[in-house]
Amino acid sequence: MNSEREIIIAPNRRWAYIPWRELWEYRDLLKVMVQRDFTTKYKQTVLGRMWFALAPLMTTIVFTIFLGKIAKIPTDGLPPLLFYFCNNVVWGYFSNCLVATSSTFVSHVDLFGKVYFPRLIVPLSKAVARLVAFIPQALLFAAFWIYYNFFTPVGERLTISPAVMTLPLLVVLMAAWGVGVGLWISVFTAKYRDIVFIMGFLTQLWMFATPGIVYPLSMVPQRWRWVVGVNPMSAIAEAFRYALLGAGTVEWRALIFAGVGAVFVLLSGVLLFNRTERSFIDTV
Amino acid sequence: MISVQGLSKRYRLGQIGAATLRETVEHWLAGRRRAPHPTAHAASAPGRNEIWALRDVSFEVQQGEVLGIIGRNGAGKSTLLKILSRITEPTAGRAILRGRVASLLEVGTGFHPDLTGRENMYLNGAILGMKKAEIDRKFDEIVEFAEIGRFIDTPVKRYSSGMYVRLAFAVAAHLEPEIMLVDEVLAVGDLAFQRKCIGKMETVAKGGRTVLFVSHNMAAIKGLCSRAILLEGGRLVHDGTAAETVAAYVASVQKLTAEQPLATRTDREGGEILRFTGVVFRDAKSRAPLNILVSGQDVVADVTYDCRSAVPLNNVVVAIALNAADGAFLSACRSDAIGKEFRLAPGTGCLRCRIPRFPFSQGRFSYNLIAYQQGVILDWIKEAGFVDVAAGDFYGTGKIPAPASQCVFIDFDWEML
Repeated sequence: MNSEREIIIAPNRRWAYIPWRELWEYRDLLKVMVQRDFTTKYKQTVLGRMWFALAPLMTTIVFTIFLGKIAKIPTDGLPPLLFYFCNNVVWGYFSNCLVATSSTFVSHVDLFGKVYFPRLIVPLSKAVARLVAFIPQALLFAAFWIYYNFFTPVGERLTISPAVMTLPLLVVLMAAWGVGVGLWISVFTAKYRDIVFIMGFLTQLWMFATPGIVYPLSMVPQRWRWVVGVNPMSAIAEAFRYALLGAGTVEWRALIFAGVGAVFVLLSGVLLFNRTERSFIDTV
Repeated sequence: MISVQGLSKRYRLGQIGAATLRETVEHWLAGRRRAPHPTAHAASAPGRNEIWALRDVSFEVQQGEVLGIIGRNGAGKSTLLKILSRITEPTAGRAILRGRVASLLEVGTGFHPDLTGRENMYLNGAILGMKKAEIDRKFDEIVEFAEIGRFIDTPVKRYSSGMYVRLAFAVAAHLEPEIMLVDEVLAVGDLAFQRKCIGKMETVAKGGRTVLFVSHNMAAIKGLCSRAILLEGGRLVHDGTAAETVAAYVASVQKLTAEQPLATRTDREGGEILRFTGVVFRDAKSRAPLNILVSGQDVVADVTYDCRSAVPLNNVVVAIALNAADGAFLSACRSDAIGKEFRLAPGTGCLRCRIPRFPFSQGRFSYNLIAYQQGVILDWIKEAGFVDVAAGDFYGTGKIPAPASQCVFIDFDWEML
């Protein structure tokens, strides 16, 4: 089987394709890279993998105190801790995918310059690795949820609806947007390093501009909701929260747009990535 | 099997494109207005800031052949391998490879310092294209080859550099592709391991794999390769048996050496405060310059230099090393081996190396020159020049020894006990 394969190397190879077969052949590499990402991130730290859950927790506590208690921003009737924790987990996954993917070329220039493998594996492995990080976060969230549900009066309003079934789909949408936009940006970071530096900052800005993360969409007046709809993360975050906690504004049109947009962004991102990976090693 | 047709690769020198977004916009606007580019200057003219690393290279490699690729530094060998490894695209031409390809351009690609040897094996193996099942199967073999033993579960950052390269090479050596592209990775590890690596390469070669092997080690090339190609300035200048091609390489290097006076040679390390300017071999007694030396002749080598330092240089150690025609090192005359260091005054001067009974056999030898001061290299030129040696009566017995290959004569005696 192997010896029948013929590799043709020529200039300007076509970029309008997704290397399905190669990605499948290198699936072991994907697994190993995910493992590596997960294992090495918090190695030699006292708290180790708990850090995956602690990071969003710390942001949540800050938000709860400053936004919930001091600024008294409404939280859709939910206890602020749960509200912010859910939102932070959602945003955390999306922004991690985005930032990690956007610097693919720059941060892997040594690896890419020495050996060939389908380079899409790298952003894919980041997205999958961050997914694994969900688990400690989910556990912590579950702990909080149990407390609020059974030990506080607010608990009656916390409902887990059958909409919880859509959670995997929402996660996939987030990954698609994160990786898709990341791929678009990676094309630029391959050439202009300064964009890597502003990614963290831009992502923060985007977070504040997304109703649904720092403040609920219900705060935005009805006439402006369509503007917000352009931001796919808003719809996704609200839907996620609704499914998990029973309080969120589900905007169907925005969700559909987010879904369709995800396909488009991801596909176009992959094609652009293909086009760039051909020659970036000479110019990065 | 590999077929390369007219492969070419052009690189652009200097700052590639614009360094920042702002410059790109400026360039684009200037282009629209048809105004001269804001950062244009004479060097931007085409041809001035581009270089053809490969130019129209064509060759074929049959199944099971081991092809050596040799050439001076910058000839395009690594570029050729990079293109065939699909790391970079060619500018023109094409190549067809049939079979699974594995490239070994560097050992330890992807090794992560925090992961253990075992984890890195799987990572490195997967990066090189091995499936997990394959690595499982060969696990013990690889560990044994690397001589890592009980360190396999320690993080790699704790390994000595020798262990690191041994493990890296061991993983790569157990790849089983149909085509292997190897770039000078044999020069790792200590001597014992190097021998092991070459042995492994021989096994791979005999196993019917097609191998492309880039190296500066002419002995390895002649030993492992049936055929070799010589690249010079990006072009293929010779394609033939390994022995023929190595000879062509040696001839071209010697031609270069002969054409350029020592003082202006740029392929040296150092040469700023101290610069060798010439070497003349003379007969020790008559001081007459020699074109050809004779084995056993008392000779001196007068090494002229130019000391450009403002102050005299103290404790300078100088050495002349002799190599066989294929570059293999034979012997060196280091002044610190006999306890001599020199004080060089500013300006030109000459150091004389006396070699009684020149102990080298017939043939052409190249020599290196080096001077250093307390471990810091002042000037170092490899293949600084060459000497021709005629067969002579080294042992004073009236018989002229005729060894099969270039060698060093040593004093000895035989007797019956």
